[in-house]
Amino acid sequence: MDKAKKRKLALTWTCIAALYLVILILELTMRPTSILFTVLKKGAIYSLVAVSMNLLNGFTGLFSLGQAGFMLIGAYTYAILTMPSEVKTSQSVYKYYQCFITFDTGVFIGLLAAGLMAALFAFLIGLPVLRLKSDYLAIATLGFAEIVRAVFQWDVLGPVTNGANLLRSYIDLTRVTIPFTDIPFPPTLFVFIAAGVCILLIVLLINSSYGRAFKAIRDDETAAEAMGINLFRHKELSFVISSFFAGISGALLAMFQYTVQAQQFKSMMTYEILLIVVIGGIGSISGSCIASFLYITLSEWWLRGLDMGTFLGINAPGLFRSGFRKLVFSIIIMIIVLFFSRGIMGDKELSFTRIKAFFQRKGKNRKEVKA
Amino acid sequence: MIGFLHDNLSYFLSGISVGGQYALIAIGYTMVYGILRLINFAHGDVFMAAGLVMVYLSSSLPFTISIPLVIIITVALGFLIERIAYKPLRSAPRMSVMISAIGVSYLLQNAALYFTGGLAKVYPSIPFLSDSIVIWDATTRMVTIITPFLTIILVVLLTLLIKHTKIGMAMRAVSRDFETSQLMGIKINNVISITFMIGSLLAAVASLLYFTNYASVTPTSGSMPGLKAFVAAVFGGIGSIPGAVIGGFIIGICENIIKGGASIFGIPGTGWTTFSDAFTFAFLIVILVVKPTGLFGEKSVDKV
Repeated sequence: MDKAKKRKLALTWTCIAALYLVILILELTMRPTSILFTVLKKGAIYSLVAVSMNLLNGFTGLFSLGQAGFMLIGAYTYAILTMPSEVKTSQSVYKYYQCFITFDTGVFIGLLAAGLMAALFAFLIGLPVLRLKSDYLAIATLGFAEIVRAVFQWDVLGPVTNGANLLRSYIDLTRVTIPFTDIPFPPTLFVFIAAGVCILLIVLLINSSYGRAFKAIRDDETAAEAMGINLFRHKELSFVISSFFAGISGALLAMFQYTVQAQQFKSMMTYEILLIVVIGGIGSISGSCIASFLYITLSEWWLRGLDMGTFLGINAPGLFRSGFRKLVFSIIIMIIVLFFSRGIMGDKELSFTRIKAFFQRKGKNRKEVKA
Repeated sequence: MIGFLHDNLSYFLSGISVGGQYALIAIGYTMVYGILRLINFAHGDVFMAAGLVMVYLSSSLPFTISIPLVIIITVALGFLIERIAYKPLRSAPRMSVMISAIGVSYLLQNAALYFTGGLAKVYPSIPFLSDSIVIWDATTRMVTIITPFLTIILVVLLTLLIKHTKIGMAMRAVSRDFETSQLMGIKINNVISITFMIGSLLAAVASLLYFTNYASVTPTSGSMPGLKAFVAAVFGGIGSIPGAVIGGFIIGICENIIKGGASIFGIPGTGWTTFSDAFTFAFLIVILVVKPTGLFGEKSVDKV
């Protein structure tokens, strides 16, 4: 590794460390109910699931629409495993069923199991489905997500999944403690660490020889096969890994929401995540993260007024009523899809050289205008 | 046997009727896929929009005006969607067109959510269609009986259009080879627009029949029938109209047999309805794996 590269890497790590430090300081100083934390937490969770979808759609070229299904598996696995056993045996959550699982686990094992369970399902469903071509794959994975949603609400599975009723009282974000102590873990920092580690692992994977094989498959399947890449094995690998992280993000979402119900994981959710990936740029990890935070900030915070009657000081309760925010949003998304199909980042990554080049170009343009 | 049929007649009847409605929606999917190789994810939402338009129009207009108006508006909607969301992407990769379709679906659902305020809208009861009728002790609505016949009539008309008219010939040419037909002087943009308009017309008719049975429209009530109709199209062999119709009927009937599982198979339980949804998609995955070309589909060869 040459010196310049090393310096850049060190700079990147310093920036990431600074970001985490800022979050820690914010959490220690601001009141925890602030909307900022909601946005940060949800944004980080969506970043993870968007990046995991990008691994499939952007880097391996597999158009899969099963993300909500894998999130559901992860969320349920986490919720069922970490729910204290005395809650399970009492009638407070499992009202109509005798809970079948009588033990409980910690947060870390719960998260890991959530990912592994999603990965296991992905492995099994991937065996038949990954032999399909682009749009057939999309519809088959979408169908799979619908099957998962129906099966988890099936009353025969009630002793495990609590049927169509919601799950709660498991270890959510407010109950996470620093290991070996009783001090509560700062929730936003926890989400950032969990999501950050997962995204880092995905980045490492993409930069490895496996990642290069994925990109080769994306660009030309026939050529990749001719170069000796085992198509099916690599597709399966990418699918399983992507689902593993989707499962973890589902578990994090469950932690964030305090309750979880299968009904919430509709195909609309997958569409939303796909549109985030498109806004960020298909094939760009940093793009997916930026788009997630942007999407969540706009929808949960800045555009709230569109639903509440007053926006930018304009008071028009007739126009700005419930649902207007999402309508405006979907129009913006359509404009991006139609006219800026490369998204925010295209298939490039955010880097200091790029930021510098961007500002220099801007400066130059300004000078030219003056002249 | 006779007694069994007699006891469960209502399930079979509603299976045939829902099947006909799925068939009408499935034709829209299969025709668009045949020509553009695009899964039009927004088609189910066009169907839902037709239902909502009917709710709003019939509150102030008599049925003789509102029904034709619903059909015209839905056709216009299909045309507009194609012109605005798909036409600019004609030379883009297939994935971006599919993403655009998903975006349109998202837009239509959110628009419906805004206009309805998220409430389920009561569908008007259309005279004659929603009249009750008793067949062999099973009470059902007139629409159940009419749907299969209407479906078959519309399909025959459509087949005649495709086989014997100039525009039908152009459609067949475009679905066979997009670029060559362009070179032969076929105005493909017109052909594609007309395909979308026919699909939307059938979706509008299907929505009149479907919502008369189900009595209420919500912003998401198009997505499930839409997906199931797509499964029907895949089962019949995507691109094939008779395939879509047969697929629609088979999916509709199977689904209702499973819904009636408690009495048909004699296994009690309340999960049969949720299970019937899962069945449709499990069926889809099995078909895609065993015979991806469906019943009547043509085998396509990938060119490098």
